[in-house]
Amino acid sequence: MIKHLRSAADLDAATATLILDTAAEMAALSGREVKKLPALRGRTVVNLFYEDSTRTRISFEAAAKRLSADVINFSAKGSSVSKGESLKDTALTLQAMGADAVVIRHPASGAPHRLANWVEGSVVNAGDGTHEHPTQALLDAYTMRSRLGRLDGLRVAIVGDVLHSRVARSNVLLLTTLGAQVTVVGPPTLIPLNVAAALSASTKVSYDLDSVIPDSDVVMMLRVQTERMQDSYFPSSREYSRRYGLDLRRMKQMQEHAIVMHPGPMNRGMEIAPEVADSPRSTIVEQVANGVSVRMAVLYLLLGGK
Amino acid sequence: MAYLLKGVSILGAAPVDLYIEKGVISGKPVDGATVVDATGLIALPGLVDVHTHLREPGREDAETVETGSRAAALGGYTAVCAMANTSPVADTAGVVEQVWRLGREAGLVDVQPIGAVTVGLAGKQMAELGAMATSAANVRIFSDDGFCVADPKLMRRALEYVKAFDGVIAQHAEEPRLTEGAQMHEGEVSTRLGLTGWPAVAEEAIIARDVLLAEHVGSRLHVCHVSTAGSVEVLRQAKARGVRVTAEVTPHHLLLTDELAAGYDPVFKVNPPLRTASDVAALRQAVLDGVIDVVATDHAPHAVQDKECEWSYARPGMLGLETALPIVLSVFGPQWDLIADRMSIAPARIAGLDGHGGDLTQAGTPANLTLVDPAASWVVDPAGLASRSRNTPYAGMTLPGRIVATFLRGEATVLDGKVAK
Repeated sequence: MIKHLRSAADLDAATATLILDTAAEMAALSGREVKKLPALRGRTVVNLFYEDSTRTRISFEAAAKRLSADVINFSAKGSSVSKGESLKDTALTLQAMGADAVVIRHPASGAPHRLANWVEGSVVNAGDGTHEHPTQALLDAYTMRSRLGRLDGLRVAIVGDVLHSRVARSNVLLLTTLGAQVTVVGPPTLIPLNVAAALSASTKVSYDLDSVIPDSDVVMMLRVQTERMQDSYFPSSREYSRRYGLDLRRMKQMQEHAIVMHPGPMNRGMEIAPEVADSPRSTIVEQVANGVSVRMAVLYLLLGGK
Repeated sequence: MAYLLKGVSILGAAPVDLYIEKGVISGKPVDGATVVDATGLIALPGLVDVHTHLREPGREDAETVETGSRAAALGGYTAVCAMANTSPVADTAGVVEQVWRLGREAGLVDVQPIGAVTVGLAGKQMAELGAMATSAANVRIFSDDGFCVADPKLMRRALEYVKAFDGVIAQHAEEPRLTEGAQMHEGEVSTRLGLTGWPAVAEEAIIARDVLLAEHVGSRLHVCHVSTAGSVEVLRQAKARGVRVTAEVTPHHLLLTDELAAGYDPVFKVNPPLRTASDVAALRQAVLDGVIDVVATDHAPHAVQDKECEWSYARPGMLGLETALPIVLSVFGPQWDLIADRMSIAPARIAGLDGHGGDLTQAGTPANLTLVDPAASWVVDPAGLASRSRNTPYAGMTLPGRIVATFLRGEATVLDGKVAK
């Protein structure tokens, strides 16, 4: 097993599949009356969050607790970080406390890579800047597999601000590793240069959502921050929504079995219409539930739980 | 003190006995000269760096004029041009004279201050360039390095204004609107790493504009740290048209690529950023062709805490003085005439430093020179560097060429690879 999960590129197909299979076992547990496993009893998991994040932090916390680990939540607000402590000094402090795993959310791309140099325990990337969010990709893959029964050969459209999206990077890497065919869709200003060469050779690029939708098994919508229009990535939220938003009309072009995903938090009415978000095709609530199982699997496997 | 450099090879020529006396190359033997066994050593005119950050005043925790001078002497330099982005900024006669005086007190290399083009490097109002030119520091190069003089009107005026005292504007070519938040070269690697890209066009667009401005007003322009193949083409065309433009490249842009960012270690963060292998190849060819006139270090010391952090929070810059000649030697091999021109003669000419970059075969040439052992190799150990900072990207690398001795106006600043005073 790998020691750290810093990038979805850390995972080969066998390891990723093992995580998804383990997550399925963990999910079976959540149906039981007692949801706890003793696997990580006596181990310490630190949630080191430099950015506000409700769902990811709670998801990791629930995952660690269900495995009986001791959980320490360390948020940038109200800690010595707000007094200007460096990441390295924080890392040395966590090391001294005997953290077996550090789950880090950070606004700077690559912060988990830096942290891994300074702590002995495992580092799990819970979202770093505009780089990656590998457990989100794992839970998305898990959700697709649960709904559609497979990943190999699946056609997945990832739509929106791919340039700034850590969810998109991790999904492109993981899904192509698992045999899916990914197309990234968005205005050219929000699609990174050389995306196929940089991430995965089979990745396709489209600027036309309408032509991609009928061929897709999965349409994954990304959150688009309205600040982007101040920076001339697109002229207005109205135009963005018209060209790249998933509304009812577009949803009707989808195949019968196809699903709609969103990593949250959503801008309803911007990239996704409320009727679409709440439709039976939508997996948005399932994604959240699956997040706990997948993160349990990741912590269990990284920490060599028995 | 008089020296005899016994059996020295001047720029790779047949060994000779070279006498130094009263600060100059002596045409005849000198009695009682201290003998330096120079068997197998190459004599080069003392190296001249047109782009050094010495950090004093303001960041003496990263480097001082004294520690930077030691690093320079050990690297074979006899003159360095100190960039203006200190705190306070070197934008007045007072600050440039302070830096000049600190250099004289250290006495290891000639420290020639560069003056800021604009007040506080803010790009708004021209600094008192004339006052700096006529100060004791005798400033001839002006640069806002670290920032681009982005305003085209201000750049035009600065280019024109310095003609009155044969000055030159050294431009840090970076269109600021195209590099907001930029962290590394924009390309495949930046996409993979999720770091905001610094596109090549942001450099090339400014160089293209500036060569046209320099041509229009008939002024001299110097381009700092050229980093892209496209910039080389712009410069090639401008020089072919007769524009008075010179350009420099750093050793790191001749050797390292953006792939090194993959581990997010900010020791590889620099501005302009490391580019691709094809840019490196084009820059090397440009040095060979003379499209790029100068190899300059952009020696940029940084305190540990400014590098031992997240990539995006780290300051850009790398140490360069003690590794420049070995890197150039490893890239181009023992092409001593080329190395002497690009690292001593041309930079001395651009900076107007008379007495540096002279002909060592001529009696009476000021004895500014360095002795290199091309057969020796060494492993770069950050802790072993004379600079106060440790941010070398070459840690652990084995480099060819050891600097054995350096002489400044006939006095040894380095002997046996150690600072002589």
